[in-house]
Amino acid sequence: MMSFPRTDRSVVGQWWWTVDRWTLLAIGILIGMGAILTLAASPGVAGRIGLDQFHFVRRQIIFLVPAVAVMLSVSLLSPLWVRRFAAACFALFLALMAATLFVGSEIKGAHRWLYVAGLSLQPSEFVKPCFAVVAAWMFAEQKRTPGFPGNAISILLYLAVLSILLLQPDVGMALVVSAVWFGQFFVAGLSMYLVGLLIGIGMAGLVAAYSLLPHVTSRVDRFLNPAGGDNYQIDRAMDAFRSGGLFGRGPGEGSVKTVLPDAHTDFIFAVAGEEYGLFLCLVIVGLFAFIVLRGFSRLLSENNLFVMLACTGLLTQFGLQAIINIGVNLRLMPTKGMTLPFISYGGSSLLALALGMGMLLALTRFRPGAGERL
Amino acid sequence: MIARFLQRRQRRNPCHPADLQAPPSLVRLDGAAKEVIETGRTRLVTAALLFALCFVVLAARLVDLTFIRNDTEPRVARAATLVAKVDQFPVVDRAAIVDRNGTLLATSLRTASLYADPRKVLNAREAAAKLVRVLPELSQADITERLGSDRSFVWIRRNLTPRQQQQVITLGIPGLYFHGEQRRVYPQGALAVHAVGFTDVDNNGLAGIEAFFNERLRDPARAHEPLSLSLDLSVQHAVRDELLRSVAAHKAIGAAGIVLDARNGEVLAMVSLPDFEPGQVGEASKDQRFNRNTLGVYEMGSTFKTFAAAMALEKGLVNMKGGYDATHPIRIAGFTISDDHPKKRWLSLPEIYMYSSNIAAAKMAVDVGPAGQRAFMQKLGFLGKPAIELPEIGGPLYPRRWNTIETMTIAFGHGISVSPLQLASAVGAMVNGGLLVQPTLIRRDPLAPLPADRVISERTSRQMRQLMRLVVEQGTGKKAEAPGYLVGGKTGTAEKVGAGGYKRKSLLTSFVAAFPMHAPRYVVIAMLDEPKGTKETHGFATAGWTAAPIVGRLVTRIAPILGVPPVHETPEVRSAIAIPGFNAPAEPGRPQPTLQERKLASF
Repeated sequence: MMSFPRTDRSVVGQWWWTVDRWTLLAIGILIGMGAILTLAASPGVAGRIGLDQFHFVRRQIIFLVPAVAVMLSVSLLSPLWVRRFAAACFALFLALMAATLFVGSEIKGAHRWLYVAGLSLQPSEFVKPCFAVVAAWMFAEQKRTPGFPGNAISILLYLAVLSILLLQPDVGMALVVSAVWFGQFFVAGLSMYLVGLLIGIGMAGLVAAYSLLPHVTSRVDRFLNPAGGDNYQIDRAMDAFRSGGLFGRGPGEGSVKTVLPDAHTDFIFAVAGEEYGLFLCLVIVGLFAFIVLRGFSRLLSENNLFVMLACTGLLTQFGLQAIINIGVNLRLMPTKGMTLPFISYGGSSLLALALGMGMLLALTRFRPGAGERL
Repeated sequence: MIARFLQRRQRRNPCHPADLQAPPSLVRLDGAAKEVIETGRTRLVTAALLFALCFVVLAARLVDLTFIRNDTEPRVARAATLVAKVDQFPVVDRAAIVDRNGTLLATSLRTASLYADPRKVLNAREAAAKLVRVLPELSQADITERLGSDRSFVWIRRNLTPRQQQQVITLGIPGLYFHGEQRRVYPQGALAVHAVGFTDVDNNGLAGIEAFFNERLRDPARAHEPLSLSLDLSVQHAVRDELLRSVAAHKAIGAAGIVLDARNGEVLAMVSLPDFEPGQVGEASKDQRFNRNTLGVYEMGSTFKTFAAAMALEKGLVNMKGGYDATHPIRIAGFTISDDHPKKRWLSLPEIYMYSSNIAAAKMAVDVGPAGQRAFMQKLGFLGKPAIELPEIGGPLYPRRWNTIETMTIAFGHGISVSPLQLASAVGAMVNGGLLVQPTLIRRDPLAPLPADRVISERTSRQMRQLMRLVVEQGTGKKAEAPGYLVGGKTGTAEKVGAGGYKRKSLLTSFVAAFPMHAPRYVVIAMLDEPKGTKETHGFATAGWTAAPIVGRLVTRIAPILGVPPVHETPEVRSAIAIPGFNAPAEPGRPQPTLQERKLASF
C-alpha cells in the first residue's frame, strides 16, 4: 500500500495528500468490476463473431494499463496545466474528428472511427472531456475578463462539434455533448430566460432527430410501443435481470451474453444483472452516484469558476453516460449505443474516460489557500 | 446537507476572499465574482439533485425488475432455456368429424412446428448438419442459409411428429424453438373430401362440412363431441373405387356418384372425381375442388323421362297399358324431335320408357302442359337449391319462358340442368312410395320427424318401380343388373353443350337406380363426364355401356355392407316388380313385343 508522510513534498507525495482519494477508490473499483465483467461477457461475443474467446478480454486489459497511467498522470497536473493540456487535446481531436468524415471507415452506417497504426480510434470520445474543459474556460473567462467574448467562442466551438457529430452521424454523442455544454452554461449563470430558450431548442432538436433520422424514429417507436417492433436486445436484457434475481445466477452461469451482440459493450449491465444479481447492480449504480454526487458536493466549496464549470462538465458527462446506459438496459429509455463508463469494453472509450477523470481528479485536488486562483 | 457543505467550505478555506480585507480596487470585481460563484453553487445543487433523482430511479427500476418481477411484461422464457422448447399450445380444439359408424374423417392433432431464431444460433453450419441427420428431408444448404440469416424468425419445418420433436430436442441446438400448432388431419385422405371439406391453417373451415358447421366444430363446449355424418365410409370407398375404375377405363374427365337412403334422405356416399388430398388443397385444381354432386348442374338427359312418365301416370293421362304414337318425329318451331332408335309405331308406356322414346315423352309432357310440368318439377325440388349441409350448392338452370317447346325438351331431360343430388332425391321419391325426403349429410335422429313431402301417390310409385326394373331387365340398363338385388333404373346420355350447340362426341352419361326394387331402400346414381367408348363397349360411350355397369358392380359390392340380402324371386316378389306382357306373363289379348323391338336402345 502506498504510504507517504505528510511532510513528503515531492510531486507524488503532494498528490497523494491532495487528491480526492474516495473518488479514486470508487473509480478503481469500477475499473476492477469492468475487467471482471468483460471477462464474463465478452468470450461469448468473441466466439460468435469468430474471434479468439479472450480477444476482448486481452484487449481490454491491454488498454487498462495505459488508461490508468493516463488518468494518474493527468491527475498530477495543476489546474492551469489541465486547461492547457485540454485545449491542446481538443484542437487535436477536433481535427481528427473532422477527418473521420473524409477518411473514416464506415461501421454500421456511421463514420466515427480512424485507424492509426493498427489501432482504431474514436476521436469524438476524446473531444467530449476536452471540450468540457475548454468550454468551462471560455465561460469562466467571460466572467473574469470584462469584454472577453467567452460565451460567443464557446457557442461557436459547440456548434462546430455538434455539426461534425451530426454529420458522422452520432446522435447519442451529440446529445451528451449538448447536455454537458448546456449544464455548464447553466451553472455559469445563464439567465433563466435563455435557459428556457435552450431547453426549447433542445426539445426541437430531439423532435427533429426523431422525424428526420429514420433509425431514431424506429428506436423511439419501438420503445414507446414494445409490441410493435423488434425489441430483441432489450427483451433479452429484461430476461437477464429477471433471471438474475437478487444474487444472480453465478459467475459464468448467465446466458444473455451468448445471444446479445453488444453484451460486452452496451448491454454489459444486463450481463452483470444476470450473473451477479440485483445487489451488484445496485453497487454499480451506487458507485456512479457516489462519484457524481460527491463530485458535485465538493464543487460547492470551490471558489474558482473555471474549476467549478470544468468539473461540472466532466461529472455531467460521466454521470449522464452511466444513466443513459443503465436506463437503456432497464428499458427506461429508447435503445442508444452508449458505453457504461469504465465497465463496458472499448479502448477509445476507456482511454477518453481515463483522460476525463484524470482531469477531474487534477481539478478537484485540494488547493489550500488557493482561493479563486488556479 | 448543503449547509454542512457550506460550513465545511468555510472551515477548509480560512482564507476565503470574503473573509479577507481585500484592496479597495478589487471590491467591485470581487463582489461580482462572488455573485457568479454563488449562482453557480445554487445551480450545482439543482444539477446534483437531478442526478440524485436519476440514480434513485435507476435503483428503483432495478429492484422492480429483479425483485418484484413485473409480470405484466412478456416473460419470454428465462434466457437460460435457450435450447429448443415448446411454447403454449392453443387451448381450444376443433371437434372431430366421423362417419355414421364412428370412423374418423377429420380430427385435430396437436403438433409442434420447428422454428429458429438465427441470431441465437451459434454455428449455423454445425446446427444445419445436425438437423439434417434428424430430419433428412431438409436440404442442408437451405437450412444453413436460413440459420445464418439476420432475421429473428425462420421456419425450419412445420408439424413434426413427437419422435422428430424429441430428436430435435436431444440435439440441444441453441436458438431452436417449437411452436405449438393444431393441425387438422384427414385420416381418409381424398375419400370423402368434397363432403368433409377442409380448413385453412388457422383451422377455420373453408369448404364442405368443415365450413358449414364451422361454428359448431369450434364450439369449445362441444369440442369433444364428434360431428356424426350420414356417410358410410365402406360404401363411400366402394363408390369411389368403382368410379375411379370407370373413369380410367373410359378416359372420362370426371365422375360423380351418390348413394342415398331413399327412406330418410341420408347420403351414404357422395363422390366427385377428380378429387384431391385435403392436406394439399393448395395444389388442387379448380376442377378437383369442384363438387359435381351439389355444385355442378347438368342436363341429365333421358333419366328425366322417369319424371315425365310419373307425371303422366299421376295425372291419369296414361296407364301401364296406354301409350303414344312415336311413328313420326315432332317438328316444332324449326326443331325436330326424333328418337335415336326409332320404332316408327305406337309405343306403350313401358316401351316408351324402356326404349327411351323422346317423341312419346314429349307428347306425354305436352298433354300435362307447361304449367302442370312446371308445378311438378317444382314439387320435385328441381326449381330451387337443394337443402344440404354444404356451402357448395349450385342452383338449377331452367327456362324462364316455359312453353310447349320447353315442355317437350324438359320431358327428355334437356333445357333443364339440375345437380346429381337433386336428381337422386327426386328418384328417391319415385321409388319410396312417393315422398320427397330432404337429403342430408348428417346422421338422422330416428325419432325426429322426417322432412318429407308427398309428390306422387303410392300407386304411381309402384308403377315407377316396375318401369325402372323393366329397363334393367330388358332395356338400356341391362348392365346394371346385380343378381339377387333387383336393381331398377334409367339411363341418361346427354350431349354436353359446347360452342354452337350440343356436341355429339362430348357425352354426359348417367344411370339413376334404386334397389331392391320390390322394397326400395337405396338410390344409386353414377355419372361419367365425357366417357369414351372402348373395345369392350364396341366403341359405345352411351350410359347403358358406361354408367349402368358401374351401378351393377356397385350394388353387388354395397348391398352386403348395407345389410340388403339377395332376394329369391318368389311369385310375390315377381308380381311386385314386373309388368304383365313384358317381364311377367302376358295377359290374354296382348302381343308380346318382338325381339327386334326389345333391341337395346342406346338413348
